[in-house]
Amino acid sequence: MANNALTASCSVRNFKKIDGTRPSVKQGNARLNAVLATILKRLGLGLATLFVVSGIIFSSISMLPGDFSEAVLGQAATQETVAAFRKELGLDKSAPVRYFEWVGSVLQGDLGTSFSGRNASGQDRSRQVSDLVMPRLWNTLFLAGVTALIAVPLALFLGLTAALYRNTAYDRIVNALTLTTISTPEFFVAYILILFLASLWPVFPSLANIDATTDLGERLYRVALPALTLTLVIVAHMMRMTRAAIINLLASPYIEMARLKGASQSEIILKHALPNAWSPIATVIAFNLAYLVVGVVVVEVVFVYPGIGQLMVDAVTSRDIPVVQACALIFAATYILLNLTADIIGIVTNPRLLHPR
Amino acid sequence: MTNEPDASNEILLEMRGIRIDGYSDEQWHPIIKGVDLTLRRGEIMGLIGESGAGKSTLGKAAMGYTQPGCKLTGGSIMFDGIDLAKASDREKRKLWGTRIAYVAQSAAASFNPAHRLIDQTVESSTRRGIRPDAESRADAVELFRALQLPDPETIGSRYPHQVSGGQLQRVMTAMAMSPRPDLIIFDEPTTALDVTTQVEVLAAMRNIVEEFNTAAIYITHDLAVVAQMADFIQVLRYGEEVEQAPTRQMLTKPEMPYTKSLWSVRALEKPEVKGEDIVLSIDHVDAAYGPLKVLHDVSISLPRGRTVAVVGESGSGKSTTARVMTGLLPPLTGTIMFNGEPLPPALKDRSKDQLQRIQMIYQMADTAMNPRQTVETIIGRPLEFYLGLTGKAREERVIELLKMIELDGSFLDRLPSELSGGQKQRICIARALAAKPDIIICDEVTSALDQIVQEGILKLLLRLQKEFNITYLFITHDIATVKAISDEIVVMFEGKVVEQGLKSEILSPPFPEYTQLLLSSVPEMDPDWLTNLLAARSA
Repeated sequence: MANNALTASCSVRNFKKIDGTRPSVKQGNARLNAVLATILKRLGLGLATLFVVSGIIFSSISMLPGDFSEAVLGQAATQETVAAFRKELGLDKSAPVRYFEWVGSVLQGDLGTSFSGRNASGQDRSRQVSDLVMPRLWNTLFLAGVTALIAVPLALFLGLTAALYRNTAYDRIVNALTLTTISTPEFFVAYILILFLASLWPVFPSLANIDATTDLGERLYRVALPALTLTLVIVAHMMRMTRAAIINLLASPYIEMARLKGASQSEIILKHALPNAWSPIATVIAFNLAYLVVGVVVVEVVFVYPGIGQLMVDAVTSRDIPVVQACALIFAATYILLNLTADIIGIVTNPRLLHPR
Repeated sequence: MTNEPDASNEILLEMRGIRIDGYSDEQWHPIIKGVDLTLRRGEIMGLIGESGAGKSTLGKAAMGYTQPGCKLTGGSIMFDGIDLAKASDREKRKLWGTRIAYVAQSAAASFNPAHRLIDQTVESSTRRGIRPDAESRADAVELFRALQLPDPETIGSRYPHQVSGGQLQRVMTAMAMSPRPDLIIFDEPTTALDVTTQVEVLAAMRNIVEEFNTAAIYITHDLAVVAQMADFIQVLRYGEEVEQAPTRQMLTKPEMPYTKSLWSVRALEKPEVKGEDIVLSIDHVDAAYGPLKVLHDVSISLPRGRTVAVVGESGSGKSTTARVMTGLLPPLTGTIMFNGEPLPPALKDRSKDQLQRIQMIYQMADTAMNPRQTVETIIGRPLEFYLGLTGKAREERVIELLKMIELDGSFLDRLPSELSGGQKQRICIARALAAKPDIIICDEVTSALDQIVQEGILKLLLRLQKEFNITYLFITHDIATVKAISDEIVVMFEGKVVEQGLKSEILSPPFPEYTQLLLSSVPEMDPDWLTNLLAARSA
């Protein structure tokens, strides 16, 4: 009986509590929905952009001089053989038809069949583009991921401390060092690292050749030098942006207010400036991460790393159009996705957008 | 308030021979030149002066703080036995936000946009462990209630952009009060507010400092405001003390000529003249920004050679009315008549001659001029565009215009950055005048200026009106300015015209409800004004 009364009173209290918080939950949901709608809208826009980019990729590849059949068959081939081979590859169809066939199959998840492995005698040892691209893409993403895990926290740390101790010797040294590494060509940074860390003091291997069977520890060991090279290349940009974004905010009246409320310098930077600086910082991080995926071919060549950059360069040389198109599309999607992420971070860290009036 | 200073109280703050230098143009200039200041517990001191007088710098120095680019070069700041001039940053940080609190001019800019109001309110109290966080939060709610904020229980969970400017200013007062400081520095806390809001904020701040017997330094350029708040007043000019006296004595018997001149500015008043010949009129105008409708059925006519003042608080549609007249915002419905003929609603459909007839002067002279152009180019442009003057003729005319605005040919090659605030606004007037307009629309042209400079600009505008028979549409929220310059008054509220007519009619009873509220909210130079007003309103 007593128990019953207790539970009854409890449930009443609970009910009241729920009742009391209900409007705010509702409001919260409405806000979340608004943010979700914005994100979906951006996602849609991203897809539209990707569609436009696919057109640009296709038409610019069509403008490449020569084609695969001429590259394979050589100067001596007769008109008929070339024509027959072109027909087999589907290159005889008009450009718009080929474009829509390509887009159509990509939408169904089919990146097509590589040209290489075929020859005029009818032998066909060609492979699916996805089989060629995917392992390479994973390798590239692995290297990019390792680099990002080192570079982003490092850049944030250096940027924040440089802002905290701005105009001190520390600030100047950090600025000068990062500027030096960004101004040096990446292949040069790579060779310097090889010289010191692989040749003079052989800590890491100078070759980063990995394959599907390499285990994680070995992989990490082998990508150490390329990851270090890329870190040195991208850290400066992110660090300087972090520092600038924070220092830019330090002139705001609310920072002076925080100071006059007795906040210490580190509290000012971390609690009062940083939450308002995420948007520009996220943008520049996204930009650099995209670079890690699409711009690392030089580093891949130096360390003989089987990434997607090398694959694309090879495919362009041999006019393997389906592979080139697939790589270009992946690069475009990377840029769009990372920038989208930066936009979303900008939205969720801005109370004006997250909590409208 | 406004008790006579009670010498028996313990001295809380004593500043002696304060000297502060500021760095600009690559050298150090003195900003404060040896000022003394004494404040006892529970006293409120008013610090007044024009911009550049150093009052804000002195107010912050009372906390031992100097802005970046400034340095304390001499003097002592004894706060309850601690010399803040010599204290380390760590020692000062212990006092800031706990025993000495600061209330800034622009609450909207001084709250961190990323944090909720309640978190910012209790930040100092929690950091120094004055009481447990939960207690601070409960106490903050009580402070919100005492400051008459709406929904005191929940307003703290909002972000700064979600509440109005007047509310933010009260939250900031709660923030300052949360650790129960001994001293609060109020740095122009109501300058950015509308008069109707200002009254509420002033009353709330006064009650709460009285309740907790907190000492305060109240910095402002508005004499009538300081009269309501302070027990005694110190007048600053060029970083030096002009005079200091108890409030009542200061208001009735100022001794120094400078103080007297400050007091006399508000006396400017133009006799009204009724106008007959209507030069421009808008009839039944509705206007909107996108889906947001801002003007509802507004009709205003401007008689030639007269001044029509449009008054109302921010958001009442004053500036939108001006945008409709100039064609910047074509109205949804309604007509615009100019010299008896319809004027095309959109700017791009108007002829050069029609454009020439209506000119504008803006509130912020700084942003209304290209910082890279010389005075000659700025004023010369309309001469070339409308009147086709070039070369020598143009230069002569620019000099002539400069003389009209009481400047001279030596200003020809100056850039806007080399001019004072008042001079900049004069250049803008000359630019408007260069087109030989019938109508000049003045949008809050004096509100960013000091009172003495304001007086000069208003006198200039009146003289030009007399000489060239110019019509003014004068947008302002300041009733003293209205009295000084207008023939007719239009009162606007929420996009509607509440009342319009000759100055004498509008400013004498009976008043419609809103006009009554607006007029009664304008602070008067009477220390008892606020007390009496609040008594009258609650009755």
